[in-house]
Amino acid sequence: MSSFDFSALWSARAILADGAWITLKVTLVAIACGIAFGTLLAVFAVVKVRALNVFARAYVSLFRSIPLVMLLLWFFLIVPQLLKAVFDLSPSVDIRLVSAMVGFSMLEAAFFSEIIRAGILGLPVGQFQAAHSLGMTNLQAFRHIILPQAFRAMLPIMLTQCIVIFQDTSLVYVIALGDFFSDAVRIGERDGTVVQMLLFAGFVYWVVCVLLSGIVTLLRGRLKSA
Amino acid sequence: MNYHWNWSVLLQQVATGENSTYLGWIAHGFVITAMLTLVAWLLALALGTFFGVMRTLPGRWPRFVGMSYVSIFRNVPLIVQFFIWYFVVPELLPKAMGDAIKNLDPTVQFFVTSVFALGVYTGSRICEQLRAGIQALARGQVHAALALGFTRAQMYRHIILPQVFRRILPPLTSEFLIISKNSAVASTIGLLELSGQARQLVDYTAQPYESFIMVTLAYVALNFLILQLMSGVRRHFARPGLMGE
Repeated sequence: MSSFDFSALWSARAILADGAWITLKVTLVAIACGIAFGTLLAVFAVVKVRALNVFARAYVSLFRSIPLVMLLLWFFLIVPQLLKAVFDLSPSVDIRLVSAMVGFSMLEAAFFSEIIRAGILGLPVGQFQAAHSLGMTNLQAFRHIILPQAFRAMLPIMLTQCIVIFQDTSLVYVIALGDFFSDAVRIGERDGTVVQMLLFAGFVYWVVCVLLSGIVTLLRGRLKSA
Repeated sequence: MNYHWNWSVLLQQVATGENSTYLGWIAHGFVITAMLTLVAWLLALALGTFFGVMRTLPGRWPRFVGMSYVSIFRNVPLIVQFFIWYFVVPELLPKAMGDAIKNLDPTVQFFVTSVFALGVYTGSRICEQLRAGIQALARGQVHAALALGFTRAQMYRHIILPQVFRRILPPLTSEFLIISKNSAVASTIGLLELSGQARQLVDYTAQPYESFIMVTLAYVALNFLILQLMSGVRRHFARPGLMGE
């Protein structure tokens, strides 16, 4: 193995930064939409309406039983056709990016809903009764009493899930979206430096994930002492 | 959407001249995925046990080795690990060994690489579950074993691990299911397992929905088989006389 040529890395910095930006965008959209939709699913799972329970359970088990690679291929098949059918697809829209964002958002909704549901079920039943006896509607009880407590209890686990999402976005390689990892591979293949670029990409992911996990551990300790 | 469904395409002879139908390709992919899942899971179990035990041994060095293993393999995305096992590891090995690997039959090379990538990655997750399981065990178990004159190896072999494995059977089952799904990443280095076949079928038949539906159902079937297998394992090793066993 030849020694690492840092100048090659420096000259590729623009492409790598573009890729990192795509990675970040997919990660953030998946987290935001995943938590929003996941909260809704978690509420569906715990309210006393049978049809909503069944829907939430079916949704979660469907998305959890399909490999992420297949899920991305599915969404890259379906999303562009939907976009064409519903909107006038402008050529400037990056359908790979949109497909990845939709796919990850819907998958992560399933995972976040499981986490939030566990948070809700971990609360004492008296919380709901107290909210009702104060004259709150169901909606108010969830909004002001139940969900804030469930979120606080589950915050470390949700943040850990965010790190998992950050790692998993590298799988957009299968639909040829140019994220950080795909760009690193592409540059490596172009310049004959695949070995170096892969080690560099792995190192970057490692550093980011170790730092983020460290923050989660600190937070966990602070929540416990609070 | 005006999609023309054509399920019979799955029963057509493949266009490459092989004696197989497209359904046959999917069946072949299923066998590869199932084999990869099983072998990688066994490797993960062995590695997870080895490093998990190391993390609970007294002394700084075994713990450091166990912690490094978990840190490296849990904080790098799986697809990056696949690519590193495939492109980088043969370069880092002695030249003769690296060349021998590159001269292997491609399918064998893809498969062996995938077993290592999946097994080592999943091992780091099992390692953490095993460590947590060992640490949750009552300290009295360890003291009793040492008081009876067990060596440390005997204590792990006869006292600690049998109890811990029974206790972590549910998370081990989840890891088995997760590894079956993660095995789809092997298609990115070229292994024609289930999702690799799904993509190949789209190229050959131009009927993406039929092939994706079949492949997705195949994964669901594999999940079902794993659950059956693991509930058999659970019954076989259950302690008699306990509620719910």
